[in-house]
Amino acid sequence: MSPVIQVTHLTKHFRDHQAVNDLSFTVQPADVYGFLGQNGAGKSTTIRMLLTLITPTAGEIEVFGMNLRTHRQEILRKVGAVIERPDLYKYLTAYENLSLFARMSGIKPAKSLLMQQLELVGLAERAHSPVNTFSQGMKQRLGIATALIHDPDLVILDEPTNGLDPQGIADIRNLILHLSSHRKKTLLVSSHLLSEMELIATRMLIIDKGRKVAEGAVSTLFDPAGTIVELDTVDPDFTGAVLARSEWQPFLQERQAGKFLLKMDRNRIPDLTRDLVQGGVQVLALRPRHSLEDYFLSLTTANQHVDAFTN
Amino acid sequence: MWTLLQIELFKIFRRPRTYIPFAAIAAMVLIIQLGLKFDGKSYLELMMSSLSDSFYIPYGMIMNGYLVAFVILNTLLIQVPLLVALVAGDVVAGEANMGTLRLLVIRPVSRTKLMLVKYGASVIYTVLLLVWMAVLALFLSMLLFGTNDMLIARNTVMEEIRRNDVLWRYIAAFGYATVALSTVAALAFLLSVFAENSIGPIVSTISIVIVLTILSEMRIPLYDNTIKPWLFTSHMLAWKGFFYSQSDGKGAALPGTVENLPAILRSLGVLLAYIAAFVTTAIWTFSKKDILS
Repeated sequence: MSPVIQVTHLTKHFRDHQAVNDLSFTVQPADVYGFLGQNGAGKSTTIRMLLTLITPTAGEIEVFGMNLRTHRQEILRKVGAVIERPDLYKYLTAYENLSLFARMSGIKPAKSLLMQQLELVGLAERAHSPVNTFSQGMKQRLGIATALIHDPDLVILDEPTNGLDPQGIADIRNLILHLSSHRKKTLLVSSHLLSEMELIATRMLIIDKGRKVAEGAVSTLFDPAGTIVELDTVDPDFTGAVLARSEWQPFLQERQAGKFLLKMDRNRIPDLTRDLVQGGVQVLALRPRHSLEDYFLSLTTANQHVDAFTN
Repeated sequence: MWTLLQIELFKIFRRPRTYIPFAAIAAMVLIIQLGLKFDGKSYLELMMSSLSDSFYIPYGMIMNGYLVAFVILNTLLIQVPLLVALVAGDVVAGEANMGTLRLLVIRPVSRTKLMLVKYGASVIYTVLLLVWMAVLALFLSMLLFGTNDMLIARNTVMEEIRRNDVLWRYIAAFGYATVALSTVAALAFLLSVFAENSIGPIVSTISIVIVLTILSEMRIPLYDNTIKPWLFTSHMLAWKGFFYSQSDGKGAALPGTVENLPAILRSLGVLLAYIAAFVTTAIWTFSKKDILS
């Protein structure tokens, strides 16, 4: 199956600033492709190049097997996108905004289609309210509705959860999962929220200072056998003794202020729990450290910032 | 293309600020009409003071709808470009400021088409503004003041146009004014491409029009034959030429004639060339522009 997006040696300079540097990646059909990086890593610039808002300094972009430069309109007909803030016409209603962008995309939408789309993003009841009365989350959902109104095969969402409260973030996450599983869309979602990406992405690209630092399936990006598990118990000395004579001794990494860190396969956490309880250990907490976050920090300059901050 | 134009007009006419120029024109026209209705004679005496010693002037006959419309056009066609700049300067920069420009550019529409539609919408807005002005300045004045032969004072010459020879001249003058104002719209549109908010292009357009108008009106021989013929502001008031008729040799105006049509057409050509240059530059710039807003 040919890739939906094929980016080769993409580079963008803004005067003396290199925003994207020799970036290559591939998005396959039905991927929820997570595009990760710190703020300023080059995610938005890359997405803007994918959407023809910015002209690359060098490199090639193919979407649906077509060159973006030569087949711009043909490609954009099959792409829906929200870029950073979903800025819409605030003096128009949600319905009018949606209708306007549908017509801009070359379709003449029936009222039922527009309402159905607003229903999908939970805005049907506010269809005829002006957008300037909407919360940030509602605007974000309306932005996604405008991106989906022409039923695109590829949906690109740039930081879709920015500025949202936890409920808003969960709504967007569920919408993305729905689009992927029920409507079979290919999605490219950029974010700096690792935890969100981990929940929705099937494949991931991590960039730093405009360069690719890792790409692949989420399951292969970090080694599940190398998960750090943090164990907190009532009596650390007793726990230490139990661990020392158990099969878990080789996995013990260090003891920090009464807590134990074990490097192990996260799938074996239930076994460890059972052995500890059977050994008489009173377990307060047993939790895997956020391995993706650790992985991300180890790859990017964010790690240096954390070090500098803590020092 | 038509759908895109409809969308653009829909956006323009759903914004409350769009109607400010219409309200401003209505207010200005009504103020002038009221003033002339109640004290028109004093105004005419002042305007024709240089002629009143040589001629008997029948003020009651002169003060009719056609003359009032002429007075209003003389006054307003200098101010209206500023009102046109309000909308044309906002057409691209306003979208950049709102953050909607990027949503338009990622739709399957070429940037050239998008720009042509935006300029087209500005021109339609300009036409509607002039139609509104025509309705108020000409037709309302005809209703309020009645119609008669039209007398126009040119320096020390009084020109009389028969009442049945006036209306086509107004149609031609408004047609010309549409092109003149579309030139200002094109300038504001071009400046709008370079800006991220509409205040910059609106203020810049108004400033440029004011500076060039002053330059056009100055009587400095050095500029008269060098710079002035090429300034678009020097040609914006050429619509007045439609009210100057050819003479029959005995001092009477020939109906259906224009004194210097080639000069008007030349001015029209200059304005059209400016429009073409401004719009082409705007499209070229926009097609190369990185949309970062």
